[in-house]
Order: sequence, then C-alpha cells, then structure tokens
Amino acid sequence: MVSGLHIQYYFVCHRKLWLYAKNIQLEEGHERVQTGKILHERAYKNSEEKELAVDNIKIDAIDGEYVREVKVTSKMTKADKWQLLFYLYELKKRGLNKKGLISYTKEKRTEEVVLTEKDEEELDKIKESIQEIMEQSYPPGVIHSPICTKCAYYDFCYAEEGEE
Amino acid sequence: MNKDYYIFKSGRMRRKNNTFYFIDKEENKKSLPVHQMENIYVFGKVDFNTDFLNMLTQHNVRIHFYNYYGFYNGTYYPRSRQVSGFTVVNQSNHYLNEVKRQYLAKQFVSSSAFHMLRNLRNHKNYDEVASIMESMQSHLDLLDNVQRIPEIMGVEGTIRQLYYASFNYILPAEFAFDERTKRPPKDPLNAIISFGNSICYTTVLTEIYKTHLDPTVSFLHEPSTKRFSLSLDIAEIFKPLLVDAVIFALLNRKQIKTSDFEYLEDMVILNDSGKKKFIKEWNGKLETTIKHRRLKRNVSYKYFIRLECYKLIKHFIGDQQYKPLKAWW
Ligand code: SF4
Repeated sequence: MVSGLHIQYYFVCHRKLWLYAKNIQLEEGHERVQTGKILHERAYKNSEEKELAVDNIKIDAIDGEYVREVKVTSKMTKADKWQLLFYLYELKKRGLNKKGLISYTKEKRTEEVVLTEKDEEELDKIKESIQEIMEQSYPPGVIHSPICTKCAYYDFCYAEEGEE
Repeated sequence: MNKDYYIFKSGRMRRKNNTFYFIDKEENKKSLPVHQMENIYVFGKVDFNTDFLNMLTQHNVRIHFYNYYGFYNGTYYPRSRQVSGFTVVNQSNHYLNEVKRQYLAKQFVSSSAFHMLRNLRNHKNYDEVASIMESMQSHLDLLDNVQRIPEIMGVEGTIRQLYYASFNYILPAEFAFDERTKRPPKDPLNAIISFGNSICYTTVLTEIYKTHLDPTVSFLHEPSTKRFSLSLDIAEIFKPLLVDAVIFALLNRKQIKTSDFEYLEDMVILNDSGKKKFIKEWNGKLETTIKHRRLKRNVSYKYFIRLECYKLIKHFIGDQQYKPLKAWW
C-alpha cells in the first residue's frame, strides 16, 4: 500500500523510493532523521492536537478543518505538498473533507493546501507509477543530484571503487 | 562517538539504579557507559544476568566473549533491526548459482592477495622477499584459469603460505616461525596472528550486523554451522590490510616483546599485557582515516568495512557489480 513517505520519496528520488520499499534502510547514526524526530516531539508537545495514524496515513495533527504538517525547511516543497494532498485524498475517501496547512519552522511560514479534482487524478497516476517503481526487480540508478550529499543513502549509493 | 569496552579481569556485573558496574575481584568498581558503547569484549571470567543482556539490547550493544587463551567463543547480539528479505534472498541466490559464487570468491582472494603484496612492497630490496612476491603474483595470475571453489581456495592457500614465509625476512629475528600453526599456535608470531585475526573477525561481524547482509551466507568459505562465515570472507580483505599492518608495527617498533606472551605446555598465547598492546594499536588503526575517492570525505578504516558490506548488497540486488577494496593509497 502506498504511504505518505512513498509519495515524498517519489518526488525526491526514485532510487530512494525503491530502496525504502525493499526495506533497505540506513538509519544508524544518521543525523537528519534524528532532527526530524526531535522537531516532531517539540512542535506538538503542548498541543491538544492528536497525531493520526490509520492504514497508510500518518498525519502530524488534525486541528478543526485543517490537517497540519510541520517541516524544517521549504526545500522540498513539492514533495511536502503532494504528501499532504495525498493525505487529504485518503481522508476524503474515508468521508473526511479537510484542508491542509504546512508550517515551515525555519522560515516561520505557513501554506494552505486545498485538494482539487485535478489533484485527485494526478494522485491516482502518481500512485500507479509508485507501484511500478516498487515492483522493479533492480533499483533505479543514482541520480547524482546535490541532494544526494544530504540523503541517508549517500554512503550506500556512493560506496564504490572509483578508478584512478 | 561509540566506544568499545574491554574487560580483561574477572569479576561481576552489578546494577545500581540505571547504571551497570563492573566489579573486579579486588572490588574495584567501574561504571559502564552503555549509551556510548558499541561493543564489549570480555576476556576474563564475568558473572552477569539477563538484566544485563536486556540493557545491552536496549542500547544495541554487542558483547563478545573470548576464552582464557584469547580465542573467540561467541557473541551476544541484540535482535537485529535491519531486516530486508529481498536482500537475503538475492544474497542466497549468489551462493546457489555456482558462477556467481565463484565470481565473489575470486574477488575476496584477489583483494586479499593485493593487500598481502602491498604489505611487502617496501621490502622488495631483499632478494628473498622480491622472489616470494613474484611467486605470489604468478599464483595470483592463476586465479583467472581456475573455476571451482576448492581450486580458488587452493590458490589462496598457496599465496598465503608464500606470504607468511616472507615474514622471517621482515620481522625481528626473535619472532621467526616455521609455518602457520592455528590450533593451537606454537610460537609468538602465530599467537599474535591468531589473536589479531579473531579480533578482525568480530570487528567485521559487527559491521555486517549494521547492514542487511546475512552473516551466515558466504562464498569463498563454505557456509558453516560454527561461524558467521560471511565475516570470514570479508575478513580476507582486511586481515592483511589491518591485522598484519598492526603486527608489523608492534613487532618492528619492539612494542610487543617475547615477554608479552605466555608459554604453555603445547601452545603460546598473548598474555594480558600483550592483548592490551595489540588492542590499543588495533583501535588506533581502525580510527585512522583515508580520503574516500567517491564519498569525497575522510573515512576510517573501520568504516571501509561497512562500505564493503554496502558494495556487496548493491551487487546482490543487481545494482552494481562488486569490486573489492584494493587500497590505492
Ligand atoms: S543518495 Fe541520491 S541517488 Fe541515492 S537514494 Fe539518495 S538521493 Fe537517491
């Protein structure tokens, strides 16, 4: 089943998505994973809002008519936006019509996200291509993008014997 | 920074509040900072209970046991958190397919031989060493023509024998030896090699456990019931690169002397002071860093072992063909 993290990874790197789907995870000692966790704990410590986790949905908080997500920076806006849209879509299928709010703590900025019919169609397509990638028997290639150096898979992807 | 902790003395583990203490026979108390630890090596006789093991699991600390003679007995591993069925299935496939298995077996041998030759390169000015190196190289060239695993093993064995024969030319005279004797080691040089190799084995195993590799499925060595044989395979690469380098340094600098050994009836072993000296040098070696050509940052020798595991995973999942480490520096 496609989850929010799959959506994220789909927009970040298909190889990452595939590795994650095969349960090849390299978390040990990875700093950014930890930052995310700590941020999470802090952001909702004093709030009445509840974290929601059903099936493939894991939402930071639902607050009235809004589903809220907190991110450190706006670097991966597209991935964040689609993840949230995915959640809104999944909730809608379960009879809950909500709007979304993404807060970027570093920039102290909040963005409203509304699910349209076009988004829904797009999400169906995205989910299909995620399925296709996950079913591939070989991993997609290294993308050699600047984001690689900050990725948890960096050491894995770049562990190779270079020629002289 | 995760640290390794070594217990040479005999004694017991005691818990007080949330801290564990090691109390030796003379009632000296030392606290164990488990949250900063990665491995505990136990060379002495130690009493502890399951409370202690629970705590090790909680903090993901491994504990390795050695008997009185410094021979490896076994390890308590906290349940593995890294599981990928996909990886294990593909790893097994590379064992079951004879051609794929031979490919990997040859890679381990060629890297191992490369590092053996590398250790001798500064001693070429001795005619004897130079001719041994030539002979090693010619056996290494045979690797292309052999197929079956026992033959590959045979090539490896011959190269290693030649390599050990060169030690008498490059090490101080008091450490001369006739041949490699493993069980039991008959002289000081054999004793230190055995000890070093078993420490290398556990170090490699610790790194394997941080990845998704299955330590029981191996290629050069037959998967065995007694050992995590993948660790033996990978250790082939690192024994000459790390263990032998440490031994040469310790013996040539005369840091380890014949008095650091214990002479028993039918064997020779490192005594506690010898073990401590080895481990100190070993840890220094593991922490030494080299600039990695692809990662573009400094990487410790220890981390090179992990990277070797990653490369194997990539090979198994059909991502990138495995090329073993051949120290280029
Ligand atoms: S390091 Fe680069 S190629 Fe590898 S998973 Fe991460 S983003 Fe993708």
